[in-house]
Amino acid sequence: MIAPAKPELVTVNIDGREVAVPKGTNVIEAARQAGVDVPHFCYHSKLSVVGNCRMCLVEMGLPTVDPATKAPVMDPATGKQKINWIPRPQIGCATNATPGLHIRTQTPQVKDCREGVMEFLLINHPLDCPICDQAGECKLQEQSTGYGRGYSRFIEQKNVKPKRTLLGPRVMLDDERCILCSRCIRFSNEIAKDDVLGFIDRGSYSTLACYPGKKLENNYSLNTVDICPVGALTSTDFRFKMRVWFLKQTNSLDTESSVGANTVVWSREGAIYRITPRQNDGVNDTWMADSGRELYKQVAAADRLAAAKVSGADSTLDAAITAAGDLFKSSAGAVAVVGSGRSSVEEQFLTRKLATVLQAPVSLVSRVGKGDGILVSADRNPNVRGALVTGLINALPAPKLTDLAVAIDAGKVRTVVAVGEDLAAAGLTAAQLAKIAIVYLGTHANTTSAAARIVLPSLTVFEKNGTLVNQQFRLQKFQQAVPAAIGTTDDLVILSRLVAAAGGPTLPVDLTALWKVLAAEVSALGPMSFASLPETGLLLDATPWAALPFIEGESLHYQPSSAKATEGRPA
Amino acid sequence: MNLTPATLARIDEVIPHYPTKRSATLPLLHLIQEEAGFISPEAIEWVAAKLELQPINVYEVVTFYPMFRQKPIGRRHIKVCRTLSCALLGGYKTCATFEKEFDTHLGEVSPDGEVTVEFVECLASCGTAPVVMIDDELHEKVDAAKAKQLSDQIKVEAKARK
Repeated sequence: MIAPAKPELVTVNIDGREVAVPKGTNVIEAARQAGVDVPHFCYHSKLSVVGNCRMCLVEMGLPTVDPATKAPVMDPATGKQKINWIPRPQIGCATNATPGLHIRTQTPQVKDCREGVMEFLLINHPLDCPICDQAGECKLQEQSTGYGRGYSRFIEQKNVKPKRTLLGPRVMLDDERCILCSRCIRFSNEIAKDDVLGFIDRGSYSTLACYPGKKLENNYSLNTVDICPVGALTSTDFRFKMRVWFLKQTNSLDTESSVGANTVVWSREGAIYRITPRQNDGVNDTWMADSGRELYKQVAAADRLAAAKVSGADSTLDAAITAAGDLFKSSAGAVAVVGSGRSSVEEQFLTRKLATVLQAPVSLVSRVGKGDGILVSADRNPNVRGALVTGLINALPAPKLTDLAVAIDAGKVRTVVAVGEDLAAAGLTAAQLAKIAIVYLGTHANTTSAAARIVLPSLTVFEKNGTLVNQQFRLQKFQQAVPAAIGTTDDLVILSRLVAAAGGPTLPVDLTALWKVLAAEVSALGPMSFASLPETGLLLDATPWAALPFIEGESLHYQPSSAKATEGRPA
Repeated sequence: MNLTPATLARIDEVIPHYPTKRSATLPLLHLIQEEAGFISPEAIEWVAAKLELQPINVYEVVTFYPMFRQKPIGRRHIKVCRTLSCALLGGYKTCATFEKEFDTHLGEVSPDGEVTVEFVECLASCGTAPVVMIDDELHEKVDAAKAKQLSDQIKVEAKARK
């Protein structure tokens, strides 16, 4: 996709207000820019236009010209060019902005149209919003409040259709609620490239269905639930668990790969109920993978580390830090640090500080999966580029800690600080683990935490603040959605205290203060601060790392070549 | 899919008539139903592969049009008109006669596999109501007696074939 450098602007008039919009913008988007709401169901800004719900009907007119001379016809009353209003309403979603286009959205005719469309949509729609899972985030509910007639003239029997059809492992369909907008069909076809959904039968029998024997089970199926304007498609994981108006929304990031899809975490009273995508046109549009929505389950997982441990016995954090300090002293010069591509930029910065104080070599573990070309990339670490930016590493990480294993075997390394990485999974043998003392910072139990001399339980991405650098070198922030689990401590606090225990300086753990240090010491993060970072992130200058052989393939809004990666960077 | 070479030839001939392959969905389904009598799931997948579509795209079309049948029918298709003129002049009685003669119900295949009886809308011969179409042949003024006579004729032909 090559974006035109400067889109041609045309002036359109919406409800008497002139707005300049790029040529070809449709009326719904143009009206949005003018601050006018044009109600719609089937239209979605990231999908093709079909125009089948008819909710966005508006009145449309064009400036009159004399048919013979093509000279503008002026209205003597106003002194402006006369507007030739089309007598019948037009749909806004399929009407593109042309010079001088006039739109009226508040006339009696438009009001009539909206009431008529709403009446038809509601004929066969169940009127049981109080027990519907979509209530509170339902377009039909909102628009029947805003544009409906308020009472029903329908006295006939409503259609009866299946209420619980499983379209796939994660998506449940309630046919009666479906208003046949076809957003889900278009999404599956156009974005997920898995064309399994369609409307079968006709008229009031029309039903959304998968082709017999097929399922909606691609890794993007839950996006159909997000874009469903009504309660027809619901997530099997979330349906009937919680009312959406009780949930607190926190901006976060999808940490399953280096794409860094923007997300919203929905929580209540310290428990997370679901994760949905957050629109970022530079990264993930309005989509995210199903796999990333499951990640919240790690917060309350049974194998979560809940207490600091020294030599296998529960301990206080203070005692554990002191023990780590002693360990660092006794094995001075023989310490290695294993950082993580899953740590935040701030944590990686403190990890670097720790390694500097300990004069320890740093290695990172790469995680490689198969990129799907959409929103899950081959690099399953969300923040390898953060480690490059903060100077934690200079080269791309390897999947196995071969050098470290050799150093352990040679007796050169006697203590390893593992920041969230399972050393066994990264290729160290049980014998090698037994030879060394491990200081383990992590969230969940694994072979390394079991073998560790000192265990320091830390936080998941949902319990802390920080930033990550995605595959485009876009610095993005995530925010704390729920309080830290009992017995855990913020990674920044642990790392800062470890630095102090190793004899280093006292480093701030508060993000505002820490970012002052970061900005001063890391040139790429120069004039920024955590607070000033926009919600959609900021592209960093990637040129220092342009020569590195990053493993990601092409995906949505990402071209692997380093030249493309910096495209669109604000000057 | 076991289609005759003649049908396959017609299918290959009809596809390039359209600007996009997808547009040939309807004619292909007609050709297959003409030969096989109905559209099987296998046929849907065959058409989808032929036109580079997903099966759901063809399935949508098949379910949209009631005249595409998804189940096999009898050897002959008896279509009894039930629109106004025929209904007034005894189309329902005609239909009941056929049902009784072949011991079958509307839309089903008769036990001997010979016929499927169905109501249809206007066959455009209101002046000679009630009318019946058996396969492609129009029969006029089919009252109960003539229905019996037509049924007997079908039964005789069936016997002759055996």
